[in-house]
Amino acid sequence: MSTDDKRRLALEKSMKEHNYEESALLEILHRAQEIYGYLDKELLMDIAQSLHLPPSHVFGVATFYSYFKLKRPGQHVITGCLGTACYVKGVDEIMRAIEKEYNIKRGESTPDGKLSLLVTRCIGACAMAPAIVVDDEMIAKATKEVVLQKIKEVLGGDKPESR
Amino acid sequence: MGDAIVTLKIDGVEVHVPEGTMILKAAKDNGIIIPTLCNLEGLTPYGGCRLCLVEISGSPKLFAACITPVSSGMEVTTQSEKLKEYRKMAVQLLLAEKSHVCSVCVANDHCELQSLANELGVDHTMFERNFTKEEIDSTHDFLVIDRNRCILCTRCIRVCDEIEGVHTLDLRMRGKDAQIIMDLDNKWVNSCSCTSCRKCAKVCPVGAIYIEGEPVGHTKHKEIAEFITERRQRKCK
Amino acid sequence: MEATSLNLADIQKIAEQEVDFERAYKYRINVCCSSGCVPLGALKVLKAFEDAVKELGVEKECKVARTGCPGTCAVGPAVMIEPGDYLYQNVTPEKAREIVRDHVVLGLPVKEMLYKNEAFYKKQQRLVLRNAGKIDPQRIQDYIAMGGYSAIVKCLATMTPQGVIYEVSTSGLRGRGGAGFPTGQKWGLVARAHSKPKYIVANLDEGDPGVFANRTLAEADPHAILEGMLIAAYAIGAEKGYLYIRSEYPLAIQTLQKAIAQARSISLLGDNILETGFKFDVELRFGAGAFVAGEETAILASVEGRRAMPRPRPPYPANSGLWGKPTLIQNVETLANIPLIIQNGGVWFSKIGTPRCTGTKCFSLTGKTKNPGLIEVPMGITLREVVFDIGGGVPEGRKFKAVLVGGPSGGCLPDTLLELPVDYDSLTRVGAIMGSGGIVVLDDKSCMVDTAKFFTEFCVDESCGRCTPCRAGLIRIKEIFDGITQGDARVEDITTLEKAGVYIRDASLCGLGQTAPNPVLTTLRYFKDEYLEHIQDKKCRAGKCFKNKEEEV
Repeated sequence: MSTDDKRRLALEKSMKEHNYEESALLEILHRAQEIYGYLDKELLMDIAQSLHLPPSHVFGVATFYSYFKLKRPGQHVITGCLGTACYVKGVDEIMRAIEKEYNIKRGESTPDGKLSLLVTRCIGACAMAPAIVVDDEMIAKATKEVVLQKIKEVLGGDKPESR
Repeated sequence: MGDAIVTLKIDGVEVHVPEGTMILKAAKDNGIIIPTLCNLEGLTPYGGCRLCLVEISGSPKLFAACITPVSSGMEVTTQSEKLKEYRKMAVQLLLAEKSHVCSVCVANDHCELQSLANELGVDHTMFERNFTKEEIDSTHDFLVIDRNRCILCTRCIRVCDEIEGVHTLDLRMRGKDAQIIMDLDNKWVNSCSCTSCRKCAKVCPVGAIYIEGEPVGHTKHKEIAEFITERRQRKCK
Repeated sequence: MEATSLNLADIQKIAEQEVDFERAYKYRINVCCSSGCVPLGALKVLKAFEDAVKELGVEKECKVARTGCPGTCAVGPAVMIEPGDYLYQNVTPEKAREIVRDHVVLGLPVKEMLYKNEAFYKKQQRLVLRNAGKIDPQRIQDYIAMGGYSAIVKCLATMTPQGVIYEVSTSGLRGRGGAGFPTGQKWGLVARAHSKPKYIVANLDEGDPGVFANRTLAEADPHAILEGMLIAAYAIGAEKGYLYIRSEYPLAIQTLQKAIAQARSISLLGDNILETGFKFDVELRFGAGAFVAGEETAILASVEGRRAMPRPRPPYPANSGLWGKPTLIQNVETLANIPLIIQNGGVWFSKIGTPRCTGTKCFSLTGKTKNPGLIEVPMGITLREVVFDIGGGVPEGRKFKAVLVGGPSGGCLPDTLLELPVDYDSLTRVGAIMGSGGIVVLDDKSCMVDTAKFFTEFCVDESCGRCTPCRAGLIRIKEIFDGITQGDARVEDITTLEKAGVYIRDASLCGLGQTAPNPVLTTLRYFKDEYLEHIQDKKCRAGKCFKNKEEEV
């Protein structure tokens, strides 16, 4: 079985578990993003048809919630927490340093898809502010130097293409 | 909704309406017009434009007349200095939100936002106007959507879902980024569900959805509410 | 734990067994493994303690437990040794062995590593967080040993649903989600609603940036939430509950999933709870990054799988909520209070806090404070006590400037209001809100204009877009702020800000829009001079503004 088939099967299983109920749309979008990494239009159409929902409704829901990604994320993902506590403790400066270093804007990926810089509103790590998540690891009480060093590490020798 | 009749006062006038009637409708049936942009008889009330805000004695809050049902003994005020100021504010905010230039708009003279601005005496906006540059989608044979003129009242979405029953239209994103979409945000020509029924154009209060080559005055030649109610009744038979 | 069908008496037996089992240990080492301490290396610390206890041969007399958060997030990883509640701070794997040797083997606490800040706990009153940091959230037995699930047993064995609602009403408990609606009254409304089935939605969509009280509760004591839901279900006659949780909280989700599975396995959830015929089950629903989903009608839309757009009320959820059925929507902190009220009685609870605002409230204390963390204080405590006594004041010798209470739609309060008691009504009077309990301390390096701008930006991003004031108004406010902070503004802009702010507050459809202008209006009220300074002198005394432009060029 190809990877595509396997993924499709896993999604089908999840929809079946929820009885193809309309109200399970969010759960299914969560699962689909887990399986595929992001939600493209083809996938959303597929879900709309399986749940007998209007495509515009599914697209509307998928774009309403900021957790759902409609574009393929970069190989490595840096997420800056822009919650109050992190903001007060200067996360903005760190984000600017990353933007400058890799010539990338928040919400974007480098053209070669190696690195994405995202922001989130509060990961609840407020007492350890500022917090930056590099791939899946959270850096607590982050500083510019530590974060830039960490990004260098996860990228290995690769220097992502800048625009 | 029962058969019971409720008695209340609107602007000092005693009115009798069936229980469950919304204040907006109760007022209208008794000759008192409360301004609105999102409400349309025959469609589910939305409560979004906030133009129909009214005061109710005994409460410091304001109520949207389109979604607040009447109750016995209620005393409603539909006109006051504060309400007028707030309605002007809403119109100003809508005008500042997108590119509303009446002189080059298909709906000029047939636009509910425009006539409301005139009525309220809105001659300028206290906010810097934001001229959006959304692409106009004229790919459909005759229907055109210009999102730069959209006030997000969602009448088109509701008519498409509730009356035509296809739900081609919905909203994408949220807040300031919200926009009307067709299916998976497709170009109109690529919509797999649109039946080209034109209802969206008929209910649009501004010039955001219109029929190419047809004067807007003609598209909306009938009282829109009548049109919807008529469709409803036809469906029932 | 194996799947077994238990009856009412069995819960008491489990509790007794567990207490006996615990008694065999002389010491218990609680290692905080919540989202706060894990990034600081708590899991390695846990492993180091387990190894050290084995190596030193004290595993028979000393138990190492993986627990939730004791609240002292500033000094994590935190480890507490019982008896005596000795709290060790900044523990590393290397220090673990030393602590076990001295404290457990020799009986001499390692003084220099102990958390010395007694004031942090002194003014707190931990009811909701009673078990936080003391029990293993992954073991239902730990909760039962602390008296957990005895309240639902009491309800099922001796109380009528009306009796339960009466106790809750007597307690004076008000909703902890922010609005402060009397809980007993809400339960009564749903209980009296005719149609069936009825639902419960537990709200754990803690979207306020800077707030982590609900997350900590779920990670530290998930069963308290479940028991609260069970009691509510019994009182109002619901058979199904949804627990709506942010997907940004993976550890809390995992902990709750495990807790639900364990509760089901000993028939505390399911079709025949404790062989009484009472039926109730809980399903988790995941949020997806929308602050507005915490609003009570928006959360319903989200549970139903739609865009989380608030809808007008009436109809109220108590009569027409999920799928048009009567629904009780309750914040998880409110629910965690319920077992205590049932165990100790409503009268007992009503004596805590102030007469109009009874009980305690959890706050996430962050920003420029010496002791950031999660605190729980009796209602009516003053802001000064929170900021200076518990929080220890402002670090690095800086000067206190303002405290922001109530999250992004809260109010910025100056030092002149520090004597204000913390309760729903007092906060609303000065332009702030209880919100979900965020307290952010700002020092003289923070610019009030910039702060108000930051919160406005947050609300612009989180507005659902349904109503004109919130969607089309907040963005204009944000633009005016851009002007002020970049040296492109006129004094008249202040009037525009005020007018638009008041309009958005009065005319918006839901709570988000109605409270979104709070930071703008409170900073204008208490810190107007800073606005004038920005506009007239193009000067920012905190040195935050007038930067962006140069950098971009």
